[in-house]
Amino acid sequence: MLAGLLIVFPLLAALLVFMAKGKGARNLALGLSVIQFALSLVALFQLKHNPGSHQLLLNCTWIKSLGINFAVGIDGISMLLILLTTFLVPLIILSSFKNDYEKENIFYGLILLMQMALVGVFMANDGFLFYVFWELALIPIYFICLMWGGEHRAKITFKFFVYTLFGSLFMLLGLIYLYNNSMSIAGTKSWAIQDLINSGRSLGEHQQSAVFWLIFIAFAIKMPIFPFHTWQPDTYVTAPTQGTMMLSGIMAKMGTFGLLKWLLPIVPLGIEKWGGVAIGLSITGVIYGSCIAIVQKDYKRLIAYSSFAHVGLISAGILSATAQGLQGAMLQMVAHGINAVGLFLIADILFRHTGTREIEKLGGIRSMNGNFAVLFLIIMLGAVALPLTNGFPGEFLLINGVFQFSAMAAAFAGLSVILGAVYMLRSYQGIMLGERKDTHNAFGSLDGSDKAVLIIICAAIVAFGVYPKALTDIAEPAIKTLLENIK
Amino acid sequence: MINGISINYYILLSAILFIIGSIGVMARRNSIIIFMCIELMLNAVNLLLVSFSTLHNDARGQVFVFFIMAVAAAEVAVGLAILSMIYRNVKSIDTHLLNNLKN
Amino acid sequence: MIKLVGLVPLFPLIGFLINGFFGKKLSKSLSGIIGCTSILASFILSLVIFFEARHLPTHSQVVNLFSWINAGALSIPFEFVVDPLSTWFLLIITGIGFLIHVYSTSYMHDDEGFSRFFTYLNLFVFFMLLLVLGNNFLIMFVGWEGVGLCSYLLIGFWFKNTDYNNAARKAFIMNRIGDLGFLLGIILIFVTFGSISFNEVFAKAGTASETTITAIALLLFIGAMGKSAQIPLYTWLPDAMAGPTPVSALIHAATMVTAGIYMIVRSNVFYSISEVASEVVAIVGVATALFAATIGLFQNDIKKILAYSTVSQLGLMFLGLGVGAYSSSVFHVTTHAFFKALLFLGAGSVIHAMGGEQDIRRMGGLAKHMKITFMTIALGTIAISGIPPFSGFFSKDEILAHTYEHSPTLWFFGMIASMMTAFYMFRMFFLTFYGNFRGTKEQLHHLHESPAAMTFPLIVLAILSVVGGLLGLPEFWHMPNFIGEHLEPLIIRKNPSTLPHDTEWMLMGIAVLAAAVTIYVAYVIYRQRNIIPLKEGDKMPGLQKLIYHKYYVDEFYDAVVRKPLDGISNLFYKFIDKQVIDGVVEGVGSTVKGIGGVVKLVQNGEISFYIITMMLSIVFILLFTFLI
Repeated sequence: MLAGLLIVFPLLAALLVFMAKGKGARNLALGLSVIQFALSLVALFQLKHNPGSHQLLLNCTWIKSLGINFAVGIDGISMLLILLTTFLVPLIILSSFKNDYEKENIFYGLILLMQMALVGVFMANDGFLFYVFWELALIPIYFICLMWGGEHRAKITFKFFVYTLFGSLFMLLGLIYLYNNSMSIAGTKSWAIQDLINSGRSLGEHQQSAVFWLIFIAFAIKMPIFPFHTWQPDTYVTAPTQGTMMLSGIMAKMGTFGLLKWLLPIVPLGIEKWGGVAIGLSITGVIYGSCIAIVQKDYKRLIAYSSFAHVGLISAGILSATAQGLQGAMLQMVAHGINAVGLFLIADILFRHTGTREIEKLGGIRSMNGNFAVLFLIIMLGAVALPLTNGFPGEFLLINGVFQFSAMAAAFAGLSVILGAVYMLRSYQGIMLGERKDTHNAFGSLDGSDKAVLIIICAAIVAFGVYPKALTDIAEPAIKTLLENIK
Repeated sequence: MINGISINYYILLSAILFIIGSIGVMARRNSIIIFMCIELMLNAVNLLLVSFSTLHNDARGQVFVFFIMAVAAAEVAVGLAILSMIYRNVKSIDTHLLNNLKN
Repeated sequence: MIKLVGLVPLFPLIGFLINGFFGKKLSKSLSGIIGCTSILASFILSLVIFFEARHLPTHSQVVNLFSWINAGALSIPFEFVVDPLSTWFLLIITGIGFLIHVYSTSYMHDDEGFSRFFTYLNLFVFFMLLLVLGNNFLIMFVGWEGVGLCSYLLIGFWFKNTDYNNAARKAFIMNRIGDLGFLLGIILIFVTFGSISFNEVFAKAGTASETTITAIALLLFIGAMGKSAQIPLYTWLPDAMAGPTPVSALIHAATMVTAGIYMIVRSNVFYSISEVASEVVAIVGVATALFAATIGLFQNDIKKILAYSTVSQLGLMFLGLGVGAYSSSVFHVTTHAFFKALLFLGAGSVIHAMGGEQDIRRMGGLAKHMKITFMTIALGTIAISGIPPFSGFFSKDEILAHTYEHSPTLWFFGMIASMMTAFYMFRMFFLTFYGNFRGTKEQLHHLHESPAAMTFPLIVLAILSVVGGLLGLPEFWHMPNFIGEHLEPLIIRKNPSTLPHDTEWMLMGIAVLAAAVTIYVAYVIYRQRNIIPLKEGDKMPGLQKLIYHKYYVDEFYDAVVRKPLDGISNLFYKFIDKQVIDGVVEGVGSTVKGIGGVVKLVQNGEISFYIITMMLSIVFILLFTFLI
């Protein structure tokens, strides 16, 4: 029941907001998203105290002749990501209060609609349903980018849309292949994840490899992984800030989540054979993205590349298929989601206050607003994975996981520790420190809504850095089951 | 044999009508004439259906014909309405000029 | 009380939080008091714990706080260890930390960032305490990176100055390079032993292959190189002098930079197993000692001289570690903390009096203007130069004696390095306090002794520098070597010194003689002949120029690391990303578009054409099905 509610509620909320008029839409959206967060907390409570509860599962027949069910369920892994989504969406909505968007009701409605699809992706237990939610998530963000985006939005959004859609079709192909195979071995039509897993495992090495690549490409484009990333920086920069936050904070996690739940258990032989290559690509992306971030002039683009680098490490950790790698990936998904929202908000604040995002034109903001400098610093430290911030436990576990796969790969992945510090400190210094430059406007005090969001994010960064166990405990049982499933 | 006339003549007639119709559709540019040619083709088929129906003493063919006539009538109604709208807008019903969808 | 060890880092943390959140609203004196008391409370508690811990039957006790990171087989509790080594460092950190906090209340008094300074300083002490208290490598790493952060914040304390900011960033990034090694070392430890808690790991150390142990030891040592400024990662430390002087004293001389030594002493089990790693440590140590000492010879900035001297002394400590003299190195860490903190604070007092001037070429004759500073610096200089019975003599001699036992060659280089130390320290001393004043008139007018809050720590440290040697009297004197006995339970000791007594006497004699001769040379040059170092831009002889420019190492790194990195990054961005990869993606798009462009010609808008095509197709299909 509760599981169904988590999907239905944002849908209804979106419809309500669509119908709202004028400035009321934003407040309504904020209120409803907070309720959604409360709902997910209830789910968390259920999961902790009554993990087998029926509340957390829902299974109705959808299209009987094809064996498609509307099957959703919450386990530890999806719980964390649902929490991340429902935690970030109110913050994202709140962070937009200083931007005046035209047709506000549609904007916020789309965000809520996207939340519905994202929650659906994280909860789906049916391959077909997973695909439907996966594609459904693309539609609202497409319109958000297209209607409220910046320069060249038509071309860039089109590229983003087609690119990711292109990838998803490969995934559909892979899923259909598994479905057909499942039919021939078990004789029943079913898209249920467990049947697809059985189907995948019955395949030989070559077939598994093929399925691996078909599905991996979809995830790799979504995350994105080198060399499928070229849609990402442009889209992140062009999209309105809230859209970028949705994209990098949550949507990128669809890819890593998919890797974890829909690829790892299905094609173990494929992973054994090609996981090394995929890890290689991921780590190439880590270094490559970090290097490119170093020479970026636009702060938003810098964060876009850094986001790309971070996600690469997550993917490598998952593909290492170790308890540490997976747990690290979960932590890092949450951490990166939170930090990305913080960093993109900072880019937005900078632009709103000073009229530019170019690092070279900025400077000396610290002497104008010390509080902002501190909040920025904390978020930056989270991003460079300093211990006792949320970035560290995840990064440590990820590198640990990769190390168990290959020490060399871990050493390269670890370079992100250094390169991350290089670009983050360089940009922080360029923007905040030094003397004030004339090339930008004065930086006044922060607006209430911005301040609230930044403070909440900073609090989360420190809290999850000091006590990551709060998060690892949620995911631990599910990861254990998953690993047992693989071995 | 229907009423002493060989079925071949019926087939021949409807074939000729059909060919006239199709050539008309292909070659003419006036929409109304194209329309009439389409009707011609439909009726060629109708003729064929009716004749075979009689030949085989089977009413199903004639049922079909009624359907076709009804659909054709509806089609004419809609089609002519569209044509008159087009004419009001472009002052022409020349199909060569009506290629805006191309680009 | 040992159970309350969690309070030791908690006090500075509370100080940090109060000053951090309410610093702007607090008056300066209140900020300062909060900053100092929090450290004093830690110091007192540390003292109690220190003496209590000496009576522990097992020598160590673990205090578990909470479970921190869990993932599969890896479980990392947040727990502290109280044992001779950690309590020893607790005393150094909180003791010297307290003195420096007191000093700072006066030194930073006119700075607008006063409360911010104490915020950072308290945070630093918190992390430093975590570093030494942690019962596993990851807690140590938390402290390790945390002190790096504070060092970054404090070097760039005056954040409007771009040079300072660059220095801060350089320090952070160079430390991060080391940290990566450390992190990989920790992971290798986990992979090898299935745990990263000290007691478990060290108990199992014998089970792993020697190659693995060597790899672990070397990776950990990379971390130590970064933090303790050893070749090749030392260049950040001299630049770090951009920070306020108390910071240089606390972080970049007495405590943080000795973290590397703490780490190696802590994991001495590995180094005792791996000969190779020990040898590397010793060689890097002696090379750094020598290299930094030569650079120190021609520096003119009073803080830079001390910085290079610190690098050089740290090198000496690593030499000690490399030859297995772990407790001697800890001893030297201790005495070095006394006299180097003293020297830095004294230098701060001088800089304070000179109105911010740091160039010794513009000082001179300060002895008569600031008596206390002069006296205390004199004691510190003698202590660092290794003149008996000052503290530096004993600790340095112990290291050198062990080195001689291990390898006379290393001993020789160590000896040269310490001779140079004596030379440049006295050079600095004479140029600062003797001769005529070479600054401006205003500066001369401004000269004054520093207030009591600054001189009090100087005096305390001076006393400690003088008597600190009592902590570790040479064993062959048949006197108690307090520090050696204290650390005994933790250290895999080599056999007691096998050197004959007369050799030890001889080494000691050589050391003293060498120091005395060097000091005399310095005296002759800078006191009797009153030679002032060359001005900026004057022509220098080749070798001196090379050394004066620090062997151009910074420029070398710039050319070999930074510029290529920027180059590669630009190549990645502008060529590979934009042209190659995106080119392929766009290429796919435009190919599809191109094909569409051709095919769309068929869609010409002629209905008749469509119908003809349709008819022909039907005919074709019919023919096809009938004929075939």
